[in-house]
Amino acid sequence: MNSLTAHELHQLLLNKKVSSVEITEAVFKQIEKNEDKVKAYVSLTKEKALKNAEEADKRIRSGENIPPLCGIPIAIKDNMCTKGTRTTCSSKILNNYLPPYDATIVKKLDDLLAVPTGKTNLDEFAMGSSTENSGYFTTKNPWDLKTVPGGSSGGSAAATAADECILALGSDTGGSIRQPASFCGVVGLKPTYGLVSRYGLIAFASSLDQIGPITKDVTDAALLLNAIAGYDQKDSTSVNRPVPNYQNSLVNSADKLRIGLISDLMGKGIDEDVKKAIKTAARVFESMGAIVEEVSMPTFEYAVPTYYIIAPAEASSNLARFDGVKFGHRSKEAPDLINMYYNTRKEGFGSEVKRRIMIGTYVLSAGYYDAFYLKALKARTLIKQDFEKAFKRFDILISPTAPSVAFKIGEKANDPLSMYLSDIATIPVNLAGLPAISLPCGFSKGLPIGLQIIGDAFAEEKTLQAAFAYEQHTDWHKKRPKL
Amino acid sequence: MKIDVEHIARLARLGLTEQEKKLYGDQLSRILGHAEELNKLKTDNVAPTTHAIPMKNVFREDKAIPCEDTEAILRNAPAEESNMFLVPRIIE
Repeated sequence: MNSLTAHELHQLLLNKKVSSVEITEAVFKQIEKNEDKVKAYVSLTKEKALKNAEEADKRIRSGENIPPLCGIPIAIKDNMCTKGTRTTCSSKILNNYLPPYDATIVKKLDDLLAVPTGKTNLDEFAMGSSTENSGYFTTKNPWDLKTVPGGSSGGSAAATAADECILALGSDTGGSIRQPASFCGVVGLKPTYGLVSRYGLIAFASSLDQIGPITKDVTDAALLLNAIAGYDQKDSTSVNRPVPNYQNSLVNSADKLRIGLISDLMGKGIDEDVKKAIKTAARVFESMGAIVEEVSMPTFEYAVPTYYIIAPAEASSNLARFDGVKFGHRSKEAPDLINMYYNTRKEGFGSEVKRRIMIGTYVLSAGYYDAFYLKALKARTLIKQDFEKAFKRFDILISPTAPSVAFKIGEKANDPLSMYLSDIATIPVNLAGLPAISLPCGFSKGLPIGLQIIGDAFAEEKTLQAAFAYEQHTDWHKKRPKL
Repeated sequence: MKIDVEHIARLARLGLTEQEKKLYGDQLSRILGHAEELNKLKTDNVAPTTHAIPMKNVFREDKAIPCEDTEAILRNAPAEESNMFLVPRIIE
């Protein structure tokens, strides 16, 4: 039962074939069985889950209008605030943090009576591509427990792939939804910047962060996006525009769709098996009547250095709030205020977070601002212009989500630059604020490969339609890991 | 590229061990050296992008609304007294 999708379970709930409490119990049974191996969750919220499940069953019995996620177990990445429930960002500095409020998306899901299973593991403050930077433990890829699940939303992707939840929320700053979805063989959608409220999402890089769905198929991604999208007065970067019903985009047609295959992401540094899978996916689109042509994005080679200036710069500013004054860890070595700051941050932050604070502080410091930070902001303009040019010719763009399948735990842990370079296909999308989805499109050495579909700003509908049509013509999304 | 790690750490109010100072010194040189790739890009007449979508200041009506629960906020305080956050003495 817990291996079904939200839309399948919704039908069973409506037909009274199953109750939300039964689904919830099945999910927690799976968690008990596999969590020792997978380690997807930082905290479980079974009590709250069962409370919502009972409420949901009551609502269903009363025969009211039942929203699609009512009574459906969902996992939440542990960088989204949940009122009164421990929220850590997988950081020691927030080990005992109990948010006084709910993130807007958490509140929205609670109002629908979705069932929160728990808070999932991530790279500390979402800085990383493997969950190896978590302050607590590394999550394992359910397809091969010796490999990483990707990151930073590795806990959410692994929980979804291991059927330890029905669907999940992740956040994506440079690929943190799409890359783990790719590594774990599930669907991950990063919406257009500003479509989903960031209120209550603990900030990493505010101009890049966006919350989105991690699900077992494209239909569930559309349903979850319906539930979380929309203007929020509490987020000043939230965009006030009408939100369509994304379920209407689930049309099985790619006829005459103009698709650009990004040639810069099909060359050096991309695994042969990955390239082959993406080329095969392009043929699938052509068989549906789509027109696929190659497109070159010459500024992409500058995307990684651009990102690794802008994101740490914003992070170094955002993370200044962790100073031991109002919440979180405070060092016992605090003879005066300045040493309280030094020691609190020294003890509370892990190695990657410190590295990024250092990079960010450096590129914003006097004498280096113009050469690094301002230069990166200009490069960001050029990357955005490459996309604008491409979307004059194409409806959507496709590429691999990641240069390879999931790598081994420990393989890149001591080489931050090599880890950063593996974000090459996802980072440009965040810099331009665009929507993109990753969905399973093949396997290499028993590990899933992800196809990335990128849309123009606020073109989630076209992006979802292309993804849905592809999914209808393949059965990669039906493959499940054996645990 | 030589980086004054202690100066940067001081600006960031970040305490580092001797080992971290050495490690970050080396790694930052490498990472920022890679970032210098950007100098190959011509950006003379390019405007900087701070946000991918156009942003303007957002105002709401000037009306009092309830604040979050004070007790719930103070529950997270490492040290507090009479609804205030306590910190080490600043003025002698």
